[in-house]
Amino acid sequence: MFKYIVKRIGMAIITLWAIITITFILMNAVPGDPIRTESKMPPEVYENLKEKYGLNKPYHEQYLIYLGNIARGDFGESMKSNTQTVNQMIGSGFPVSAYLGFQALLVALCFGPVLGVIASLNQNKWPDYFSMVIAIIGISVPSFVLGTVLIQFVAAKSGGLLPVAGWRSFRHTILPTIALAMSPLAFIARLMRSSMLEVLNQDYIKTAKSKGLSRGVVIVKHAIRNAILPIISVLGTITTNLVVGSFVVEKIFAIPGLGMYFVSSITSRDYPIIMGTTVFYALVLIVMLLIVDIAYVLIDPRINIMKEEG
Amino acid sequence: MRKKLITVAGLALAVALMTTACFAGGSGGDGKILHTNNSSEPGSLDPALAQGTHESWVIDHTFEGLMKKDQDGNLIGGMAKDYTVSDDNLTYTFELRDDVKWSNGDPVTAHDFEFSWKRVLDVDLGSTYAYQLYYLKNAEAYNTGEADVDDVGVKALDDTTLEVVLEEPAAYFIELTAFYTLFPVNKKVVEDNPDWAKQPETFVSNGAFKLTEWNHKANILVEKNENYYNAKEVKLDGIDFAIIENEDTAWQKYQADEFDFLYPLPQTIVADLQEKNDPELVIGEELATYYYNFNTELVPFNNAKVRKALTMAIDRETITSKVSQGGETPAYGIVPPGIPNEDGEDFQGAQGAYFEEDIEAANALLEEGLEEEGMTKEDFKATILYNTMESHKKIAQVIQEMWRNNLGVDVELENVEFQVKLDREKAGDYEISRAGWVGDYVDPMTFIDLFVTDGPYNDSGFSDAKYDELVNIAKTNVDPKVRFDAMREAEELFMDNLPVMPVYFYTKPYAQKSHLTNVHKVVNRDPSFIYADID
Repeated sequence: MFKYIVKRIGMAIITLWAIITITFILMNAVPGDPIRTESKMPPEVYENLKEKYGLNKPYHEQYLIYLGNIARGDFGESMKSNTQTVNQMIGSGFPVSAYLGFQALLVALCFGPVLGVIASLNQNKWPDYFSMVIAIIGISVPSFVLGTVLIQFVAAKSGGLLPVAGWRSFRHTILPTIALAMSPLAFIARLMRSSMLEVLNQDYIKTAKSKGLSRGVVIVKHAIRNAILPIISVLGTITTNLVVGSFVVEKIFAIPGLGMYFVSSITSRDYPIIMGTTVFYALVLIVMLLIVDIAYVLIDPRINIMKEEG
Repeated sequence: MRKKLITVAGLALAVALMTTACFAGGSGGDGKILHTNNSSEPGSLDPALAQGTHESWVIDHTFEGLMKKDQDGNLIGGMAKDYTVSDDNLTYTFELRDDVKWSNGDPVTAHDFEFSWKRVLDVDLGSTYAYQLYYLKNAEAYNTGEADVDDVGVKALDDTTLEVVLEEPAAYFIELTAFYTLFPVNKKVVEDNPDWAKQPETFVSNGAFKLTEWNHKANILVEKNENYYNAKEVKLDGIDFAIIENEDTAWQKYQADEFDFLYPLPQTIVADLQEKNDPELVIGEELATYYYNFNTELVPFNNAKVRKALTMAIDRETITSKVSQGGETPAYGIVPPGIPNEDGEDFQGAQGAYFEEDIEAANALLEEGLEEEGMTKEDFKATILYNTMESHKKIAQVIQEMWRNNLGVDVELENVEFQVKLDREKAGDYEISRAGWVGDYVDPMTFIDLFVTDGPYNDSGFSDAKYDELVNIAKTNVDPKVRFDAMREAEELFMDNLPVMPVYFYTKPYAQKSHLTNVHKVVNRDPSFIYADID
């Protein structure tokens, strides 16, 4: 196990390095000067700003300096904002994004499997159709549409109970959480339904039933426990989607998360923020995937990493 | 067993996350707080570093310059109670009020102004608006490293007397002292802590309000500054600026009564409110022009007849009433309305239209012009370059259509990001490009000055010795008659050449709830809440 983790961490560092390099190349290849503004800047001032941000150095030198700074955990300073360093931006933006993402994940994990189980136990009856209609809506309606609809028809009509946008209290988190959770919830529900149907037809379920176990015990102890495994395996992807998907939701609901910095930095060519947020996101995703892989091993004893390695 | 362990661990993690929730802007202030939206996160609230509306709106409420605009747009004393001008119009001596204080209780002195202006010009500070101070003697030289800081023409003679020496006479300099780049900062505070403007705790200002909360990308709260000399006239206890970039979300918040005031509004909403004659919609004045640059260094746009033909062949009335729909007015000149001339009349109104929209004449001109360049309509190829935005796209599409129908020429459209558009314009890598300019001060010069030979914002490549001379006359004379005659002649000459095609004059439509009173919008300023009240 330990050896496996060390190997994964080594791979993660290489992946990160590749991401940094590719982002650096792409960023500099895209046209658009980060320093230029509409105002009448004299050439001397322009040159001075270039020097201040190290943009007058050759690319390879900029690249090496940047790698060195990242190794020390310093993402640098924004070229457009004078108020926060990139580290501070990540420090204030990421907890917000993480809170929203995990809350949505929790909602999806609570309601998705329940919906799936209800559907599978009532196959081709109305609860099944009902659950699956919800699931199809959840998968096919993008979060930005759902978010806008929620603002327009729920928040605006709630008389102040559910605020339209912002991030000031728990009440502010409810609608964005729903908007963000719907898609993974629906995905989990569908997965759970098919997985349950498969399990319910297995011989050992019939055995359990024939042993005279109650329906409840069979479903909870035998069926759900085995049917839930595929969900664990997609958890990594879902978590990734929640972090990435929150860009749009953060924008619609005016949530001061990291996604907002990420998107606006690209249009304004704010190089240090582009690099900082990209590297940070990559790091988060790599760590998430690692955790999910380890969790999978712990839950399903049939999987043995050591054997895989040997 | 293992599963239970993981479940428990997962739940613990979730609970931990919930309880350490990171909500921004909890308090929102007490008392009479005005709620509105500032459409993006300020890059800095330091007056020396501010560059745009999203910064200057907050700064205009927290700082005050030597002069200020009253509720009708007249220039009156702010930090200065009086000033005198020398006979050669080069030396201004300002007498500061003796009852003006910073929000931390320090007195505002002439030394603060001297320090602040020299700081803006310090190249190491990296202020992109430093050029606003280039009217001062040796200011440009110091900013570009050619002169010493002591040579700059600003000096505190004592605590309340500030002497300013200009490079050459500038009639509108006095107006600039009400512009945010020239606002003072507290010398002692700034010298002690270069990061003073980053946090409300260390932020010191001299205006009607002081900064008390700044939750990045969430909200900015300013509260009444009891040390402000005119504090008894300030009715609000504070202003809560939310920071919401999405215009539609902000509009929903306004509709849900979470905002008392909203600017900007989504374009479709403005059209809708106008149609319904909604009393909450106010069309504020704006000192700005929307136009298209022609690259005059390229064939056939080097030919004035071709430029004129294209300019005459679009229907501006249709563009403003059916496309932009924000209460804009069609532009037949480059200087927008809202600037009085030497007789107190509106400069633009008195000048009137410089050309007529006339399809027949435009066709004749185009054929003539193209023939001079050895081309026919079939050879005519051009692309309109604009920065990616729905409103610009709609206008570009309708202009494309008008040229096709009225002149029989085809142009293509190309949208790029704003930073890329700026690069391409600077490099002359375009044929026709969308542009806009907002006046820095209330004088035609703020527009006319743009198009001098090699001017930093003169992207059309226009160059005319006579024009440059007229600009120089208007800049260096203080006799209003001489100045305005020169500017009138310059604009006429410019509009004869049409290196740019005016489209419309901007407005600033905003929405204001009926319980909010006394909001003022003067021509080149954002709406001011300093004397506003909530019933």
